Amino acid sequence: MAKVTLTIDGRKVEAERGMTVLEAARLAGINIPTLCYLENLNAIGACRVCVVEVKGAKALQASCVLPVAEGMEVWTNSRAVRASRRTTVELLLSDHPTECTTCIRNGTCELQALAESLGIRRVRFEGEKHGGVPDESSPSIVRDNAKCVLCRRCVAVCEKVQSVKAIGPQERGFETAIAPPFELPLADSVCVNCGQCTLVCPTGALHEHDDSELVWAALADPGKHVVVQTAPATRVTVGEMFGMPPGSVVTGKMVAALRRLGFDRVFDTDFTADLTIIEEGYELVHRLQEGGVLPMITSCSPGWIKFIETFFPDMLPNLSTCKSPQQMFGALAKTYYARKVGIDPADIFVVSIMPCTAKKFEARRPEMTDSGYPDIDAVLTTRELGRMLKEAGVVFDALPEEPYDDPLGVSTGAGAIFGATGGVMEAALRTAYEVVTGKTLPALDFQSVRGMEGIKEATVNLDGTELRVVVAHTLGNARKVLEAVRVDPGRYHFIEIMACPGGCIGGGGQPIPTTDEIRKKRIEAIYRVDRDMPLRKSHDNPVIKVLYQEFLGEPNSHKAHELLHTHYQPRYQYAQL
Amino acid sequence: MAQAAALSPALREEASEIIGSYRGQPSGLIQVLSRLQEKLGYLPRDVLKEVADTLGVSLTEVYGVVTFYALFTLKPRGRHTINLCKGTACYVRGAAQLIERLKKDYGLKPGDTTDDGRYTLEVIRCLGACGLGPAIMIDKDVHARVKPEKLGEILSRYE
Repeated sequence: MAKVTLTIDGRKVEAERGMTVLEAARLAGINIPTLCYLENLNAIGACRVCVVEVKGAKALQASCVLPVAEGMEVWTNSRAVRASRRTTVELLLSDHPTECTTCIRNGTCELQALAESLGIRRVRFEGEKHGGVPDESSPSIVRDNAKCVLCRRCVAVCEKVQSVKAIGPQERGFETAIAPPFELPLADSVCVNCGQCTLVCPTGALHEHDDSELVWAALADPGKHVVVQTAPATRVTVGEMFGMPPGSVVTGKMVAALRRLGFDRVFDTDFTADLTIIEEGYELVHRLQEGGVLPMITSCSPGWIKFIETFFPDMLPNLSTCKSPQQMFGALAKTYYARKVGIDPADIFVVSIMPCTAKKFEARRPEMTDSGYPDIDAVLTTRELGRMLKEAGVVFDALPEEPYDDPLGVSTGAGAIFGATGGVMEAALRTAYEVVTGKTLPALDFQSVRGMEGIKEATVNLDGTELRVVVAHTLGNARKVLEAVRVDPGRYHFIEIMACPGGCIGGGGQPIPTTDEIRKKRIEAIYRVDRDMPLRKSHDNPVIKVLYQEFLGEPNSHKAHELLHTHYQPRYQYAQL
Repeated sequence: MAQAAALSPALREEASEIIGSYRGQPSGLIQVLSRLQEKLGYLPRDVLKEVADTLGVSLTEVYGVVTFYALFTLKPRGRHTINLCKGTACYVRGAAQLIERLKKDYGLKPGDTTDDGRYTLEVIRCLGACGLGPAIMIDKDVHARVKPEKLGEILSRYE
């Protein structure tokens, strides 16, 4: 790459040709404020917050779309630049509900932070306001367009990362709104509830549907036995809600915190992640040996499930029939566990702590009631849990490390790595190898399926049988894999798909901010959790063995099918039109 | 939103033919929409869905384009067209208040049609009746010096 030299704020800065002034400035440690800009995804020069003064240019330039040039002279904080940014932000604020103290994004709002950093104390403009009522049709995501600044970051993620295109700019001028076609409610659109839009929204215009009140009510009800499960990815992220650095492993503190909130039992989704491996592993072996539908595709990620139901309904037979670990947990809590402790399942209230907004939708799927009760009663994202702990005054850093309760809190490292892209595949391979070959796996770590690369292919030798596998994360990558399989159905035997970038550690319910750099740190933490576990293979989980002996019989038994497996439904895009 | 009456089967068939000639061509979106608008007089929802599916464009984008350009309409034209002049003279004499009143009483926005299919509102620039402003033309009749409170009575004459 050819280098160019330019001057930014009087400093000589070297940059690669093709870079923008914004990128060059950031590399040189010079901060230019932005709002609509999103690294690698959205550089459209729309909001004008990142303007800079360029010698010889007639007007201020948006640095996010301004290529560097040899000899260019740029000022990022001249009086004219600062005045322009202030005017821009004041105009945005003039059409923004100033309810920061009661907003769900209070403290994590980029518009709020921008107004603060620009020292805006008063808005000089008064004009029409958008107003309107929030769209709460979706169980996962709330759209509050009164708070939308039209930055289009959500549109970029939905289209470029997820290839879903549920929302986009509609109408024009002041009427412009980011919405589904025909301004349909989100629940009637092709939205798959992944919540990536809620991670990139700079304001409170797109956020998780907050279900904490349901949980507070259950905790306060003496007639309810309230149990909680924590998803693999939450133990490496909830600390961020309390200012801990990304990548902090806080498993024991999270368990202690949940006890402080008053949960009767604190259990672990990692336990049913192990169970998923057994059920899914046997399902795969069965399909391989009996000529079943291949490739088989994992079914843990509910955003992915709605995606395939909507965009690839013809490929539903390829999905594993296994419920997700969240749903398996609920089904067992209200049957096996209820019987073991002698509590009427009607009095058991199951809460999930999830990195995911789509889990809220999954929990409400009508078919997820195989025990006669809803598997799951309430789903909280990592963000909602963080807020509840703050409300309860729990001092997170000061908590001791406490263990999970028996029996549904016992797990292995294989369950933990479900939280990162490639983890389900790796966990499945650890078990499949030993089940198929009857030998002990020589090396536990399958490095080829780890990491942030979008599509990871690998071939695994199961004692002479070549198993071709592929791992994809983001729905854009999932689409590519499915299109390849349509052309060449024999290309793979087994596919892992996670809807969110990086897997669940990058889920739509995770702390804000979630960037690729933060995702990498969370992934490292997940593998640290795995490495430090005494047991690292799902089939070694002693409670899983007891569960089969006492209750389920054997993997894929009739009872297992009744409680732990499900079916899928084609969803035709906009069938209502 | 009230759904417009269905197109005749023959017209619907013609629409499908037009759409079919752009199969797999996302870049033909504006072209196909303008041909359909011309042929059908408006763009019904099911036609837009067919456009999205056939061209391989998301319905979100199709709807975004349709609502961006004033040329495209989602409802059939009303039985009567109100051409409201917003030229300089009519504007200073109160055209904006007329638009406001039409929005309040009839839910009519410029370019839009009432749900009962009775009126379509178009905002135009100068009927050449500047001395008579604010002026509106309903179908072929010019109404001069229209006051907001007289609008109801005038419109009621057009069934």
